Amino acid sequence: MEIAYFPGCTLKTTARALETSALAVAKTLGIAIKELPSWTCCGTCYSLAEDDLIKQVAPIRTLARTANLGYSILTTLCSVCYNTLAQANLFVKAVPTRLEKINAFMEEEANYAGNVEVKHFLTLLQELGAEKVSEAVKRPLSGLKVACYYGCLLLRPQNVAIDDPEQPSILENIMKSIGAEPVFFPYQVECCGSYHTAVKPEIVARRAHLILENAIENGADIVVTSCPLCSFNLKERQKDIKRLYPGFKGLPVFYFTEVMAEAFGITKILKGI
Amino acid sequence: MRIGVFICHCGKNIAGVVDVKELVERASKLKDVVYATDYVYLCSEPGQKEIQEKIEELELTHVVIAACSPKMHATTFARAVKGVGLNPYLLEIANIREHCSWVHHDKPEIATEKAFRLIKAAVAKVRLAEPLEPIKVPLTRKVLVIGGGIAGIRTALDIANGGFEVYLVERTPSLGGHMAQLSETFPTLDCSACILTPLMVEAAHHKNIHVITYAEVKNIKGIIGNFKVTIEKKPRYVIPEKCTGCGDCMDVCPVIVPNEFDQGLGARKAIYVPFPQAVPLVYTLDLENCLNTQKLVVCEQCYKACGPRAINYLMEPQEIEIEVGAVVIATGFDLLPIENLKEYGGGKYPDVVTGLEFERLLSASGPTGGVVRRPSDGKIPKRVVFIQCAGSRDPEHGCPYCSKICCMYTAKQALLYKHVVPDGEAYVFFIDVRAAGKRYEEFVQRVMGEERIVYLRGKVSKVFQREDKLVVWGADTISGMAVEIEADMVVLAPAVVPSKGTADLAKLLKVSVDEFGFLSEVHPKLRPVESVSPGVYLAGAAQAPKDISETAAQASAAASKVLSLLSQKEATLEPIVAHVDKELCIGCGLCWKACPFKAITMVREEKREGKKRRRYAKVEEAVCQGCGVCMAICEKKAINVAGFTYDQLSAQVKALLEDE
Amino acid sequence: MRLVLKRQDDLLKKVEEISGENVFACYQCGKCSAGCPMSTEMDLLPNQVIRLLQLGANEQLLDCRTIWLCASCFTCTARCPKGVSLTRLMEGVRLVLLRTTKEDQVSPKEMEKEFLPQVALISALRKFTT
Ligand SMILES: Cc1cc2nc3c(=O)[nH]c(=O)nc-3n(C[C@H](O)[C@H](O)[C@H](O)COP(=O)(O)OP(=O)(O)OC[C@H]3O[C@@H](n4cnc5c(N)ncnc54)[C@H](O)[C@@H]3O)c2cc1C
Ligand code: SF4
Ligand code: SF4
Repeated sequence: MEIAYFPGCTLKTTARALETSALAVAKTLGIAIKELPSWTCCGTCYSLAEDDLIKQVAPIRTLARTANLGYSILTTLCSVCYNTLAQANLFVKAVPTRLEKINAFMEEEANYAGNVEVKHFLTLLQELGAEKVSEAVKRPLSGLKVACYYGCLLLRPQNVAIDDPEQPSILENIMKSIGAEPVFFPYQVECCGSYHTAVKPEIVARRAHLILENAIENGADIVVTSCPLCSFNLKERQKDIKRLYPGFKGLPVFYFTEVMAEAFGITKILKGI
Repeated sequence: MRIGVFICHCGKNIAGVVDVKELVERASKLKDVVYATDYVYLCSEPGQKEIQEKIEELELTHVVIAACSPKMHATTFARAVKGVGLNPYLLEIANIREHCSWVHHDKPEIATEKAFRLIKAAVAKVRLAEPLEPIKVPLTRKVLVIGGGIAGIRTALDIANGGFEVYLVERTPSLGGHMAQLSETFPTLDCSACILTPLMVEAAHHKNIHVITYAEVKNIKGIIGNFKVTIEKKPRYVIPEKCTGCGDCMDVCPVIVPNEFDQGLGARKAIYVPFPQAVPLVYTLDLENCLNTQKLVVCEQCYKACGPRAINYLMEPQEIEIEVGAVVIATGFDLLPIENLKEYGGGKYPDVVTGLEFERLLSASGPTGGVVRRPSDGKIPKRVVFIQCAGSRDPEHGCPYCSKICCMYTAKQALLYKHVVPDGEAYVFFIDVRAAGKRYEEFVQRVMGEERIVYLRGKVSKVFQREDKLVVWGADTISGMAVEIEADMVVLAPAVVPSKGTADLAKLLKVSVDEFGFLSEVHPKLRPVESVSPGVYLAGAAQAPKDISETAAQASAAASKVLSLLSQKEATLEPIVAHVDKELCIGCGLCWKACPFKAITMVREEKREGKKRRRYAKVEEAVCQGCGVCMAICEKKAINVAGFTYDQLSAQVKALLEDE
Repeated sequence: MRLVLKRQDDLLKKVEEISGENVFACYQCGKCSAGCPMSTEMDLLPNQVIRLLQLGANEQLLDCRTIWLCASCFTCTARCPKGVSLTRLMEGVRLVLLRTTKEDQVSPKEMEKEFLPQVALISALRKFTT
């Protein structure tokens, strides 16, 4: 069954690496995902106001288009898009009048009936099973110690969590199935500072420092993530971290799909690690 | 027919909302009502007198009392009318407090109207009431106590000392329950074993007590006064009569497994007693861990070592049938599995332990001999963090209630820890300290003031490992700061939950449980140790979390209820049971199928000349609970529950619905 | 310090309406503050934001930096024993301020300095501007 795929803005710019590697991984594993022909911003970040329905129009428009094309599942790669779409979906389904109002507002779209399920790509991989993933491995990443960083939006709030919010294992299981060795990493669910990166980069640098140091302490060679924002904060902010904490040695950060593509023999980016 | 209507003010509880004068006026105009009045507290002595006097003076034949819920005072008023010779089943109660003034306190007019309708309906119903006599059945003067913790032991001893025979059934190999696992007990710091073991021994040796351990109740039939109980004894593979408790078998057994009694912190053999003071001191072979299986014997070490030849690998489960007149449930509690507390690393980090595990570490007879050592590496922890309300008062973890014992045992554990590790630091995270028992507050003050233990008011959000330390992120809402503590060990006080299997047992005994699975009492104030099932009583932490003092008090209370039941000549049952009208019954058997208590049998008429023998339903009065399911299902209106007949109920409903 | 208490629940009501949360369901256990990743940067602890709402200490509340430092990470919401979503309440207070004062907390110019991912830009604009 073909699954609709929503890339979101950032995957077409700073997070290209996430999209390219994920599409290659999906292809190798035979997961049929197809980009929606027309899409808009997911509406990030998810509006927490009950009294401001207009903020839900963007995500619901995407879901309406998905349903209208005959898809029942929409997948995303970006954690932020996942969270926004999934929360918006639950929000409008919870109270029928919300959906009615939004449908009336989006008169140019076919009505949305709440019948699309939003799934993160990680969930698709989990459903496929570790065995299938293992079978596709050409170059097992033996000995590579990976800190799996989840951040917030895959795990919280609880009603959209793709795994246990306190002790998740979905990324670890994938890393194991490609031969890598996940390291125990308590900061894996700690917030990186999120959008504060745009306004108060020094706060984010302090957060990222704590997270990366915790990964290093626990023996990680690399960190993997699924979120373009986390990735930016953990990777690009390392320059700022070094300024604030001269002793900081640095730690490579990748999208989990990049590491998978490496194990599948598609790319060679991990040289020297 | 001369009906009297008495309307209670209940102080301001009713009269503050409902217009009682209006009620009196309107009630006095109802059919067959010859007298209506109001009174400030009808349940009081003068109030009851007033009712009695009017019955006699006005020769009332039926009475309606409009007051609080019949759950509260039905028996009070029944006794009052009976006192002057009126059959109590000719009394009807209209609940105008819970159903009117309390729920509609903001709409007094509607409350008054509703109250009147309820009174009118009660009058309509009582007009059709018949006098009824209680059903008497013979009484078996023996008692079953389920659960051999302090609650069960105390109840059993009190009943046995009253001269009646008791079967005390315990699931595990020994009596004692959780109290046997404790180190010292708050607030007196008595050694737990020192107060408990003598009671265990006394129970085991009491001439009136049959202790049946390693056994469970499989089935119960019957009703108050006459229960038939099936008990299943699990095979111990050791013949109790032969076992001398010498332990030679244990010495030679090659299998070592974690000991449940030590919360898995210590080890035992596959043939074992859970702890040295176990009662009965009989070894138990746990087949799950033994090298042998039911079919195949590969190791005979213990068999060979046992001098008195007490070991029998072929033992089968054994069923015992007993008859008793009353049952006490004392099945105690469990702790919420800390695997549910993932943010605290419960189940993930070995040095995050439960309070019960910490008791074992503090206990002189525990796996570490009373030296507090942390499970991961055996080191003595120098900084310990205690977290109260780990799951309690926490609707998100399914336990919105207070577990009641944790504030006190945490204070105790912090104190005992400081006594064994004087240079150690202890921190206690709490939301409120609840120390409302006798000498409890003084105890907590001593722990804070004299032992100088730091209490932080706030919850912990996360515990995680950093090298060999546990990092605790908490809050101190008093100083308004988030705090971090690098601890060697974290002790959680998990929520108290009903013990495993309570729900099944409750179903078996037709006892109700509350939304958290604790056994429900009939009324928290008026009938605190009785279950809704007559003849079944409650004791201990199975009813709600409680400490030992409260458990012991409740256990004695349950025993006294049992004793007053057993000291009667016969058991008395409510006559609210179903009756079959043989003429109307067509013998279809619908009621027989529907009866949840199996009180109905289908019988054939005696042989009749020339006519076919008809089939009809017959009710076993002593089994019928008067639930009325049969009545609702019968298409011929042939079966009626006394006191709640079709005619009565439809008159009542009609009166409720019709406008004046 | 002395706070004179009197009923002043206009802000409280507005925040509850926006967030859909019951401020009085909070029993001030502080678990939210204990785990908040931003607490080190804050002037009020997250639980104190709720406390000030409960007390009606509106001036003190609207003055604080905390609400602008919250990262909407949902850590507090995920762990609150009472099921209170402090994340939503924080948003409620922010929105009251944004809607009433019409003052942006950040200007797009400030954010142009480096090549940021769109999610960061859009999120920040959504959170900090009217
Ligand atoms: C860590 C900790 C420390 C404590 N410290 C103190 C203290 O210092 N002072 C104090 O006053 N209180 C203390 N308490 C409380 C005390 O443990 C309880 O009040 C007491 O154990 C309650 O006794 P009980 O008999 O009701 O339940 P339990 O002790 O739980 O006993 C119940 C018994 O019933 C058995 N059972 C269960 N189900 C069945 C079944 N279906 N069939 C047959 N048998 C069954 C169980 O095996 C058990 O033996 C502490 C509790 C904890 C957890
Ligand atoms: S965790 Fe919840 S109940 Fe506790 S202080 Fe925070 S919001 Fe209030
Ligand atoms: S949502 Fe805001 S207040 Fe809550 S933990 Fe995250 S940053 Fe702190």
